[in-house]
Amino acid sequence: MPETQHNHREIIINVENLEHSYGNFKAVDGISFSVKKGEIFSFLGPNGAGKSTAINILITLLAKQKGDATVAGYDVTKDPQKVRESIGIVFQDITLDRDMTVWEILEFHGRLYNMPPEQRRKRIEELLDLVELGAKRNERTKNLSGGMKRRLEIARGLMTRPKVLFLDEPTIGLDPQTRMRMWDYIKGVNNEGTTIFLTTHYMDEADQLSDRISIIDQGKIVISGTSWELKNTLGRDLIYLETNDNNAAIRLLQDLPSVRDVKPKRKGFVLMVNEDGTKVLPVVIDVLRNAGIETLTINLKKPSMDDVFVFYTGKELRDEPSGKIPMRPGGR
Amino acid sequence: MTLGFTTIYWRDMIRFVRFKTLLVSSLLQPALWLAFFGIAMSSSFDTLMAGMPVPPGAHSVGYLTFMGAGIIAMTTLFTSLFGGIVILFDKNWGLMREILASPMNRNHIIFGIGLSGVTKSFIQAVIIMVFGILIGAAFFAGFSPVEIIVGVAGVLAFVGMFALGFLFLSAAIAISMESPEGLQGVTTLLTMPIFFASNALYPIDAFPEILKILSVYNPMTLLITGIRYFVIGPDFIALGKHYQYTQSDILTSYLGLMLFTAFMFGLAWWRFKKAVVT
Repeated sequence: MPETQHNHREIIINVENLEHSYGNFKAVDGISFSVKKGEIFSFLGPNGAGKSTAINILITLLAKQKGDATVAGYDVTKDPQKVRESIGIVFQDITLDRDMTVWEILEFHGRLYNMPPEQRRKRIEELLDLVELGAKRNERTKNLSGGMKRRLEIARGLMTRPKVLFLDEPTIGLDPQTRMRMWDYIKGVNNEGTTIFLTTHYMDEADQLSDRISIIDQGKIVISGTSWELKNTLGRDLIYLETNDNNAAIRLLQDLPSVRDVKPKRKGFVLMVNEDGTKVLPVVIDVLRNAGIETLTINLKKPSMDDVFVFYTGKELRDEPSGKIPMRPGGR
Repeated sequence: MTLGFTTIYWRDMIRFVRFKTLLVSSLLQPALWLAFFGIAMSSSFDTLMAGMPVPPGAHSVGYLTFMGAGIIAMTTLFTSLFGGIVILFDKNWGLMREILASPMNRNHIIFGIGLSGVTKSFIQAVIIMVFGILIGAAFFAGFSPVEIIVGVAGVLAFVGMFALGFLFLSAAIAISMESPEGLQGVTTLLTMPIFFASNALYPIDAFPEILKILSVYNPMTLLITGIRYFVIGPDFIALGKHYQYTQSDILTSYLGLMLFTAFMFGLAWWRFKKAVVT
């Protein structure tokens, strides 16, 4: 969605100069961002970047140390009760009592939030329909599949019709089909007006779902924008090259007017180009041939969110959890 | 928000009923204590005491009746001290985050857990009283129906207050601990002196002075005094010792328990306020 559409909307989460330390370690180092009402906002970052710490402050589980944070117009420190009443949360790891039934999980949640019985029961039926768990209402949660558990948790997060729904890695450990169905649920919920605050490790997920994205690394926000804007910062196209003399090739190519930046890789390097890559490619090949450099491999592609993430955090995506859900959140 | 604790209570009772092994074992355990330990000990003690003179007009009770009151107290102690473990599991499995991130006041967690623990202790106390009578304990012997009702109510009032105190303590420990093993260690460490430095199994009069002082102020002793008063009566002889309780003794014991429970609530409240579960 174009950015201008959101500019008129009111801000529902506002964070300014937020800082949080564990001992001498600054987990969150002065971040500022805002989320507008009705949008899907993604918060990306490698493990240990400070995502979970920031989210825990916003959902009032962790006391704020420094800076300002408001959710739904309420200060997380001064008005935690009001914040809690305004939000729904789907935690990173499954937080369902294994021995309670699907219906009991939702009933318990509604009672925790002091919903009147009639409203509670009505809402449970609506949500069981929405996440297609009506047939499982009397099943204990330990007998549900991973996807069903997540759907139940999303339903739980929506019980109170929150203004903001926090989704912390909502599709971790799910198979690709289930993930896509989950995206549909999330989009559906968002279309009904709920603001979504999403953290994820999956770049395609952020790309698919988010209106706006912020990437956090080592406690600082390194870049924010729409996925289109983020990808554009890497240039229009990416050209990956391996040659018999990469250093010489980089020296030659970095001065080409269409080359915005060069990023060395393990065996080759990537050119970020401002112009249509198919036009730049012949020029690159000519330059290398004239200098007597032999090209071994060549590849042209559009920048993806993966590329954006790797570029701004300097971390390859492989140091992620394998999808096994840890008992306690690993990255704070 | 005032009834938030009933939500916690509701969930804990679901779990209590649903875990069949836990349910059966918690109901069977006190009966087994009474059956094996009680019958074994009382047959020895009653033989030893058989020749001792009983003052005229005094009411002498057998050892089974005497220690039956102690078994009610012991069961309440064990059940209550471990009652907080659900908090630890909730914390370790991430379930506590749902509760702590909700608008519900944290005191309701403490009250909810307390209330469900008290319910369990009530069930156990009634089972022990019934089972005790079946195997020959002279509970409520010579009581009128009204006195029996008052007696049962009195026992439950004492058991409830005591259970609440130790559940609060258990909750405070559980929310501060990382592992179930730690909780188990601490509670085992606590049960030993609380149980043995009390009048559960024997009179405390012959204790060395320091132990005696500890025993007199031990909530366990206060509880057992109350139970004996309500199930046996204000004046009886057991193990060769003449017990006489006045109403003010009983009132003092109950006030002592209330003080203990209030203090434990303060402790739990403080630990929960400080608790950070992320």
